[in-house]
Amino acid sequence: MNQNEAHFNYILRLADTNLVLGHRLSEWSGHGPYLEEDIAMTNIALDMIGQANSLLQHAAKLEGKGRTEDDLAYMRNEREFYNTLLSEQKNIDFAFTIVRQFLSDAFDFHLYKKLESSKDETLAALAVKGGKEVTYHLRHTAAWMERLGDGTEESHARLQKAWNELWAYTADLFAMNTSDRELVKAGIAVDNETIKSAWLKTVEEVMKKAHLTMPANTWQHSGSREGKHTEHLGFLLAEMQYLHRTYPQAQW
Amino acid sequence: MTKDSQGFLWEVFIQSKPGQPHRHCGSVHAHDKEMALQNARDVYTRRNEGTNIWVVRSEYIVSSSPEDIGPFFEPANDKIYRHPTFYSVPEGVTHM
Repeated sequence: MNQNEAHFNYILRLADTNLVLGHRLSEWSGHGPYLEEDIAMTNIALDMIGQANSLLQHAAKLEGKGRTEDDLAYMRNEREFYNTLLSEQKNIDFAFTIVRQFLSDAFDFHLYKKLESSKDETLAALAVKGGKEVTYHLRHTAAWMERLGDGTEESHARLQKAWNELWAYTADLFAMNTSDRELVKAGIAVDNETIKSAWLKTVEEVMKKAHLTMPANTWQHSGSREGKHTEHLGFLLAEMQYLHRTYPQAQW
Repeated sequence: MTKDSQGFLWEVFIQSKPGQPHRHCGSVHAHDKEMALQNARDVYTRRNEGTNIWVVRSEYIVSSSPEDIGPFFEPANDKIYRHPTFYSVPEGVTHM
């Protein structure tokens, strides 16, 4: 991978995580626990899909092969997606959705802060704009973590169950490609190792308020950087890409 | 208003710009203050409506009742001298 290809791949990863997680959240639309939270989750989904849109435009430009953001979103297959494994996990219930979102928001919050000073000016500008959105997302999900964890016996049990299962996808958030080294050196990408302690601090503060304990099993999934995914992504893409692939000229 | 399965009812007031009064724009359900504030933000400021939000539990709002209309408001009907229509407002003065 030369530097431009590595750069394209890096932007694609950020875009894909936003696109896939935004799509997952949008599955709640019309099914939220009550009206206000239904709107809140849809708002977050729209923020994420908006960020994905901008990032995919940027990626398409970097690639320079005439593909558009729609081509990248709708015409790539599962193994060509680089979103985090966490982002593609199913909604299951509200606790799972909140834990998945919180872990991802906390990561994005610290990542975007660093990306604001990226040498890639487009990426830096997107990080400033996205950072404000993510700051709110994190505030929203952190409040829910505390509310569910400190709520009833049932809400706490569901939150802890989600925590135990989703924690196994957190190492994958930080995974880097070998080609990333050059991008980090060039001041374009962020070395994910440098945000790990800040992320963990945010996570531990919320865990304490939510009375959560770390799962006993610390085994971790991996593979998203090589396009290796859990079984759920294929189904998600099938639904997300169906319309565009069936009616390629469809406009709205 | 008592708590139902969706939490307490809260009244929402949005300030469109700094210096402007907060205007009542509706209500939301929420179980706590932070949730009420976030729900108000998510439901009522999606289209750039505001720069500040107040939320207050609906039960804390003290309201006059429809049968108070007579004794409360009718005595003001024939006191036109209370209207500031006898003064001229200098040009350029806003928000009077």
